[in-house]
Amino acid sequence: MDDVRYEAPELPDAASSLLAEAGGSGKVFAGGTDVMVQIHAELIDPGVIVDIKNIPGTQGISESDGAYTFGAATAGMVLMDHEGFSSTWPGVIDGVALIGSIQVKGRASVGGNVCNASPAADSTPAMIAAGAICNITGPSGERTAPVEDIVTGPGKTSLADGEFIVSFSMPKRPPHSGDAYLRLTPRTEMDIAVVGAGVNLTLDDDGTCTAARVSLGAVAPTPLLVAEATDALIGTKVDDAALTKMGEACSAACNPISDKRGTKEYRIKTAAVIARRAAEIALERAREN
Amino acid sequence: MASILEESGFDPSAELKIVGTNPVKHDGLDKVMGRAKFGADAFLPGMLVGKILRSPHAHANIKSIDTSKAEALPGVKSVITAADFPEKKAGTPAGDMTRNVMAREKALYDGHPVAAVAATSEKIAKQALKLIEVDYEVLPHVIDPVEAMQPDAPILHDYLRTKGVEGAEDKQTNVTEKMVTQLGDIDAGFEEADIIVERSYDSKPMHQGYIEPQGCIADYSEDGQIEVWCCTQAPFVYRDRLSAILDIDCNKINVQQSELGGGFGGKTGFYGEPLAIMLSKKASRSVKIVLSRIEVFRGTGPVSGTSYTIKMGCKKDGTITAASAEMIFQSGPYAGSMYFNAPNAMFTRYDLKNVDITAYEVLSNRQKVASFRAPCVPQIVFGVEGVIDEMARKIEMDPIDFRLKNACEDGHTTIYGDTWGPIGFIETLKKAKECDHYKTPVKPGEGRGISTGFWFNRGGETAASLNLAPDGTVTIATGTADVAGSRISISMMAAEELGIPVDQVRVKMVDTNSLGFNRVTAGSRTTFSVGMVIVDSARKCIAELRKRAAEIWDVPEDGVIFEDGMCRPASANVGDFEPLSIADICKKTTMSHGAISGHTEMNVTGAGPGFAVNIVDVKVDENTGRTDVTRYTVVQDVGKAIHPDQVVGQIQGGAIQGVGWALNEEYIYGEDGRLQNAGFLDYRMPVASDVPMVDTIMVEVPNPAHPFGLRGVGEVPVVPTMAAVGNAIGDAIGIRPTSLPMSPPKVLDIIEQAKAEGVYKG
Repeated sequence: MDDVRYEAPELPDAASSLLAEAGGSGKVFAGGTDVMVQIHAELIDPGVIVDIKNIPGTQGISESDGAYTFGAATAGMVLMDHEGFSSTWPGVIDGVALIGSIQVKGRASVGGNVCNASPAADSTPAMIAAGAICNITGPSGERTAPVEDIVTGPGKTSLADGEFIVSFSMPKRPPHSGDAYLRLTPRTEMDIAVVGAGVNLTLDDDGTCTAARVSLGAVAPTPLLVAEATDALIGTKVDDAALTKMGEACSAACNPISDKRGTKEYRIKTAAVIARRAAEIALERAREN
Repeated sequence: MASILEESGFDPSAELKIVGTNPVKHDGLDKVMGRAKFGADAFLPGMLVGKILRSPHAHANIKSIDTSKAEALPGVKSVITAADFPEKKAGTPAGDMTRNVMAREKALYDGHPVAAVAATSEKIAKQALKLIEVDYEVLPHVIDPVEAMQPDAPILHDYLRTKGVEGAEDKQTNVTEKMVTQLGDIDAGFEEADIIVERSYDSKPMHQGYIEPQGCIADYSEDGQIEVWCCTQAPFVYRDRLSAILDIDCNKINVQQSELGGGFGGKTGFYGEPLAIMLSKKASRSVKIVLSRIEVFRGTGPVSGTSYTIKMGCKKDGTITAASAEMIFQSGPYAGSMYFNAPNAMFTRYDLKNVDITAYEVLSNRQKVASFRAPCVPQIVFGVEGVIDEMARKIEMDPIDFRLKNACEDGHTTIYGDTWGPIGFIETLKKAKECDHYKTPVKPGEGRGISTGFWFNRGGETAASLNLAPDGTVTIATGTADVAGSRISISMMAAEELGIPVDQVRVKMVDTNSLGFNRVTAGSRTTFSVGMVIVDSARKCIAELRKRAAEIWDVPEDGVIFEDGMCRPASANVGDFEPLSIADICKKTTMSHGAISGHTEMNVTGAGPGFAVNIVDVKVDENTGRTDVTRYTVVQDVGKAIHPDQVVGQIQGGAIQGVGWALNEEYIYGEDGRLQNAGFLDYRMPVASDVPMVDTIMVEVPNPAHPFGLRGVGEVPVVPTMAAVGNAIGDAIGIRPTSLPMSPPKVLDIIEQAKAEGVYKG
């Protein structure tokens, strides 16, 4: 490990410049729960660490006309403790709550979880299912992108040198909406998903599904937004047949590897099971509001 | 000095004041507050940081090592390789030990040390490791023990020949030894059987899961004195083995044990200590080596993986008529799996007449195996109790009744030749049958498993001193490491014997220069053995106290009795004297006669065997194969619980370690022979929310060889665990798993098989 420079600028432009100058050796730092572990494990050797927590907009939760925005560096526990946000997006909270321990979540952020770009990140499928939008800043100004466009492969993102996510904007929630995230791990906690599934759906007054998004984690090089699974739900009462069809679509979308965390066959088989269970929880939540 | 414990003095009707209560551990608050000093917590002036370069290959010839660039790096004070250690013949105990801490001709596993550096900072030490050039010739490797036995398997040591096999003298092999253990007439036994069950099983190596990584500091002075501070279960064994591989007299190596952050058998052999010593010698500075978690997994030993077949027969009334086994134990690149425990313990607790066991120890290109709680027995009991469960089902007999039918009684002579005194196996089974858990029906959709286990429990060489201070308080010096809270139990036994409050006693684990040889803390021996020695030492002090009281009163010695911490006149005839407390006598006589101390060393014998019964309920997820343990009860004969809360902790800890071994823990190697899950993230030990509260029922059938009747309690708790969980899963899904760990993908496959065969129970 060589000497690491630590910077904590207060202006987004300063952060972008530092990162752009560093090229590949710059690392965005929010909670640090991945960055520090990776440095100690000698997996990365950054030249400069750019702490973004002093930059306006990277922390905290705000609401405007029912639509939430939260800072990319907002600690998981802050989201979990926010009554309005957690009751509006219980599925996102399901994902956040599964990250590490309480101590880890005291620092770990959704922005960090997304940008660490692990296919098995727990909050990412939930955010994709929610339809969250990233507010990105960088050397060429500000832009937005849906969460599903960020991760391009294990450890790789579509963010250009100097770009980082400042905050996430969540869509306004129609009535009868519900989301859920579930993962399969051999242990109850402190583990990495073998399969993860986020489901978000909206029903009309008759209980027919009018909108849905289904996302899978840990079954491909990136978290997936599974269009065929979405199609299986929309226009249905989310009954057994629809759920079975959605599960089959999930299994069909899987492109996993066999590794120390699970075999390819096992992941494909259980993706349907976990997605279905997540959908059942999302359905129950949608019916409740 | 020899023992005055002619007889233990065990009195079942004695009214105990302290033994059996739960005082706060004297070392507890320091641990809670972060004050306790563990292996990594020693700091010496000018100390250097030691780091180890490890082989990335599972099997490779080391053609050359060039350390010149590392040596030239500013801040690097010494670099060592195997060339810095005395030559020791390969295949001898010292030869194996020195090669395991530093590879010599060959690197034999991923993580095998090949060089080490000491530098002024961790950063420089890590840079220096990158500058060491090792020229490897990579060789084919073998990790699976069954593959390692095949005729075309890569050979680890060209000199190795199998012990115990005729005609093996000229055959290269990875099999160190074949061991056959027999009793009665096995063929006649199977002839007698109405039902025979035969199954094959396998298990993966199991990490002990201690939280504290190995850490040590060594200081080699210019006059050849060596001070070592380290976390160890075996300070005296470390000293003697360091002496053996370094050719240095024992009296010049002083090992001071630190607090231990868990060992469970994993800290019975050294890793960084000899390297720190040689780095310190070369640098003329003290050197500290603390392993990272990754190094703990890659470089230190778990317990053996296994592959084996169990065959047993019984009559329709449940009497077991024959039991046979063929077993393969996976060692690392050197012998030392302690596999011989398995034949002696696997069936022991059942009164069997006809037994035939063959066991092999096989070398492989993985970390040298080490001890772990009841080494090499729980993973075999997984199969034994599986077969027993199946036999009980076939004859439709209650599983506890089946075990009771075959249970050993007092006076049983074991397969290894010992004849037992009073034992509590039958009482333990009866208590299990009566307990609330067993009487409560299994919940719908769940399964229940029963299993039993035995452990020998040990004694062994133990030395300690008990010193009375001038104010009458007590300090105890012991050389047997406290790995699980033995200090408070030792304090309690001393206080009970001396009739004083437990707070007036403190125990210290001293260095190897301060006492005679103490055996490793292993075999559930410590509270038992140190307890014997300390009671003996206390009795010596009491004899001296009586002598001095007699002198103060000017009466004959037999006119003084000692009771409730006081010397009193034996009768009114002796005279009317105020009783003298320990403090009174010490205050009055220390100046004139010197301090009062009791010192004892013994090779302690008389350890009483331990037995446990487990009752486990599980819920298995039909669609993912994931198992939740929903209820767990352990019934165990503890002889006498000195500190019951501590015993409960031991029992719960053993059960939980077994749950991890049963469900998820395994070493995963890639095709390249490299360990893939070197850390707690992917080596899946249970977390707190993975296990229910483990209920414990302590049975106390005293061991009369001990003054308070105690038996070892540390190892029995893990013996039946995986078998009980396996039997419960089998009960839940219809087919009993035979491969450890019973991880979700494996269990899901079994569920699908059970459905296909029409035996699935959900």
